[in-house]
Amino acid sequence: MNLTLRIWRQQGPEDKGRMVTYQVDDVSPDMSFLEMLDVLNERLILQGEEPVAFDHDCREGICGMCSLMINGEAHGPQRGTTACQLHMRQFSDGDTIDIEPWRARAFPVVKDLVVNRNAFDQIIAAGGYITAPTGSAPEAHASPVAKADADAAFESAACIGCGACVAACPNGSGMLFTAAKITQLSLLPQGQPERYTRVIGMVDAHDEAGFGGCTNIGECAAACPKGIPLNTIGRLNRDYLKATAKRAGTPGS
Amino acid sequence: MAVTGILLVLFLVVHMLGNLKIFTGETSFDHYAHWLRELGTPLLPSTWYLWIQRTVLTVAVLAHIGAATVLAMRSRAARPVAYAHRRKIHVNYAARTMRWGGVIILLFVIYHILDLTTGHLNPQGDPSNPYGNVVADFAPSRWYVTLFYVLALVTLGFHLRHGAFSAFRSLGQQTPKGERRARTAALVFAVVLVAGYLVVPFAVLTGLVA
Repeated sequence: MNLTLRIWRQQGPEDKGRMVTYQVDDVSPDMSFLEMLDVLNERLILQGEEPVAFDHDCREGICGMCSLMINGEAHGPQRGTTACQLHMRQFSDGDTIDIEPWRARAFPVVKDLVVNRNAFDQIIAAGGYITAPTGSAPEAHASPVAKADADAAFESAACIGCGACVAACPNGSGMLFTAAKITQLSLLPQGQPERYTRVIGMVDAHDEAGFGGCTNIGECAAACPKGIPLNTIGRLNRDYLKATAKRAGTPGS
Repeated sequence: MAVTGILLVLFLVVHMLGNLKIFTGETSFDHYAHWLRELGTPLLPSTWYLWIQRTVLTVAVLAHIGAATVLAMRSRAARPVAYAHRRKIHVNYAARTMRWGGVIILLFVIYHILDLTTGHLNPQGDPSNPYGNVVADFAPSRWYVTLFYVLALVTLGFHLRHGAFSAFRSLGQQTPKGERRARTAALVFAVVLVAGYLVVPFAVLTGLVA
């Protein structure tokens, strides 16, 4: 396959940045999208040019590092798939592919396609933890959890924090990420002590980081490579409403 | 958004039921319209209840617009650099037209008040004969009024379809099954409400109400 790539190049945070066109020939349909970028970068290095910077790590869809907006879709055209697990067979010979970084005020571009997702760490730091002593794994039947709750918590825990929800959201909101991180704890007994201070803290941190507000459009859940469902945000809303009613007199709120 | 929206929706339901009284005849409809002015008497002096309701609705509309403006401004600030190539995955026309749809509805409401409440833009404009005002308003020769009315109501339908679901969600609807129900309920509600409003101009247009 021969492809034309239009890639966002930006030397640093202060650079204005622009789309640059590259030609990549002899791409195998069995290559992953990132391998195709590797091929381009090797050629650029041989030519003495600056290679395209992009985030990647595990390349098996579980680390959440890849963050490519491919043809205007977060992680590209295949649903439920991260960019590293996307294969070139999804494209056709002669295609022009636009590759851009996540666009959000809270995710400033570091270089080319690499964005700083520290804002997500700020949200986690504001409450995405439990104070229950952990240590070794507890006896399985010590604290019973309903199957439905365990399943829903696990569904949320599948979030890899890639930021596709923010990238896809027309409002630039990070509410699906925040909701997933809240729900994975609030549905389990270990998450109960901080349940209501957590939701207030994390939503405040989300807003302070400069993300937009959620208007329940649903673009995030459609773009999420891990299939976090939209109703997760409803769980956050429910906890938030309860928390605002309980807020007075709760220590630490 | 949800709380003010619900207040406005409650008004829309009552207003639609009131409109449908036009099918019970001129005397009955005019009697109903005059009764609205006497609502709340003798506890309250005449038209007081009406003005209380108008005040509450105006505050709700302003708060609704205020909240929407805050959301829109946050949304704009959250993405300072736009995508060069953007593709929408999730086709949700109703959700995407909330802001401009809201503007169209606001303009319609202003026109609608000048038309059928104050009578300034009504060809008859007789406050003692609301039935006649409605019939004169939707006369076939004034087809453009009916067209604008239909467009505004369809916009309202889309606004309600997403708005009603979104209100459920904002107030804590949290299960996947509940989400399907809330979406269906919002769709059915929007269709029924729009149909309930649209039968009046079409009844006038076809001569069923004259």
